[in-house]
Amino acid sequence: MLNASLKQLSAMLAARKISSVELTSEFLKRSRALNPTYNAFITLDEETSLAQAQAADTLIASGRGQSLTGIPIAQKDIFCTKGWLTTCGSKMLSNFISPYDAHVIGRFNAGGAVNIGKTNMDEFAMGSSNETSFYGPVKNPWDTAAVPGGSSGGSACAVAARMAPAATGTDTGGSIRQPAALCGISGLKPTYGLVSRYGMIAFASSLDQGGPMAKSAEDLALMLNVMAGFDARDSTSLEREPEDYTRDLEKPLEGLRIGLPKEYFVKEIDEDVARAVEAAIGQYRKLGAKTVEVSLPNTKLSVPVYYVLAPAEASSNLSRFDGVRYGHRAPDYLDLNDMYRKTRSQGFGAEVKRRILIGTYVLSHGYYDAYYIQAQKLRRLMAQDFAGAFEQCDVIMGPTSPTVAFNLGERSSDPVQMYLSDAYTIAVNLAGLPAMSIPVGFGHKNRPVGLHIIGNYFAEAQMLNVAHQYQLASDWHTRMPKE
Amino acid sequence: MSLSLDDVKRVANLARIEISEDEACRTLTQLSGIFGLIEQMQAVDTSAITPMSHAQDVMQRLRADAVTEIDQRELFQSVAPQVEAGLYLVPKVIE
Repeated sequence: MLNASLKQLSAMLAARKISSVELTSEFLKRSRALNPTYNAFITLDEETSLAQAQAADTLIASGRGQSLTGIPIAQKDIFCTKGWLTTCGSKMLSNFISPYDAHVIGRFNAGGAVNIGKTNMDEFAMGSSNETSFYGPVKNPWDTAAVPGGSSGGSACAVAARMAPAATGTDTGGSIRQPAALCGISGLKPTYGLVSRYGMIAFASSLDQGGPMAKSAEDLALMLNVMAGFDARDSTSLEREPEDYTRDLEKPLEGLRIGLPKEYFVKEIDEDVARAVEAAIGQYRKLGAKTVEVSLPNTKLSVPVYYVLAPAEASSNLSRFDGVRYGHRAPDYLDLNDMYRKTRSQGFGAEVKRRILIGTYVLSHGYYDAYYIQAQKLRRLMAQDFAGAFEQCDVIMGPTSPTVAFNLGERSSDPVQMYLSDAYTIAVNLAGLPAMSIPVGFGHKNRPVGLHIIGNYFAEAQMLNVAHQYQLASDWHTRMPKE
Repeated sequence: MSLSLDDVKRVANLARIEISEDEACRTLTQLSGIFGLIEQMQAVDTSAITPMSHAQDVMQRLRADAVTEIDQRELFQSVAPQVEAGLYLVPKVIE
């Protein structure tokens, strides 16, 4: 059952071979047992989860079950969840019981899914290793000396260790795809605007996008069917006809054109990662795909551009945390300004403060044009690079991360090194494109390697097809770490 | 461009983050590293390019000017640090 797909679990529930209460109890028991080792969850709440499972069983019994009814889903602690502690991995929100549901949470609730717990994450989603969480780092279930990636590291770990059948994540610069790669699972960042950001605690609003994390592409498609959809409460939510993201899964790949950017296959990639990625591309050729070299000439600029735009937006978004209406407030202060300064100094961790300071600086008088506007211009160049590449290919492939999971503590003292590890994933957020990571083998110390698949705008169904066909011909996605 | 300790302190003040002398010094080193990376942007001539603020070129939606929210003041104030008589309490600003 631990390795069962969402479709299989749903069929078992519908056939009454198992109840949602039994299924949920099983995953809760496992999560309780493994969490002291992995630290994947910030909050587990058996009572609430089992009450949801009970309600799901009633729905199923009355014949009103949907695709995810009764299935336990782990929710990243960035999604406001009514009645649940919602911390965003920060001391600032360590006492915040959300009074409302994020749109995504509402969609899962409406579909009868069970919330199995809130997953650990880098503080305010700022990090690539889960080490910036106020609740301590998550461990990689393949090797507890390694990071799980970030910021959705708790979600990636929970799925990889089979503590939950599937999870949600959010991706601002790679926060779904990089931890998915490092933990050996599948993860998808949708086209910007597909999944509502309402109730998803904001980091960089023009880049943030929620998405699913699961064992397989087929599971991702079922999750995305629930998560995607127009929401008037998010001003950037796109009004589009609902899609069935499973519709193209079975299409053969004959004639698929895979673009391989020459800037992605460079000496900065570790040999073990390059080997696994090339083997996966070889498999795609066997499945009938053709490869074509493309160029994304401004790839190298994605990290600098991102570290202007994301902190700028973050410094503005995080100004709301002032200790007045919710969250942490410093116990002692002299006056209002002192209360703000002490509250924010105590409530935010080092990485969050660093990014707020960068953002405040690049937006300050005299520097706005040189940094912020210049970064926005380069952002357009990068989007144009992708548009040019997609004239020659259907999807773009490369490594999700240049290395396998690194050791805990290895990069935490050098922010620049940490930032550079996200070079491949960041450009996708800047352009607003959809992309995913799927497991394609193991490298150094038996740590997982992820293949990055980038699609054109709204090509989610096609990307899922591309990933699913590979998973039909391989079994990396079924491997699970030893306990 | 090089960042000074005064820049760090000025920005910390603008961002309303209390910062000690020690922290300011450490932050200066780290921010200088990050700005070294950011400087790479200046090498590209972008004079003919329009800034891109957003991934999708969409217009802001308009809606009818009608009340859509219900009063949930008590619920929202239940998570506030300090409230009294339905008001959020903050230190005195005006003498």
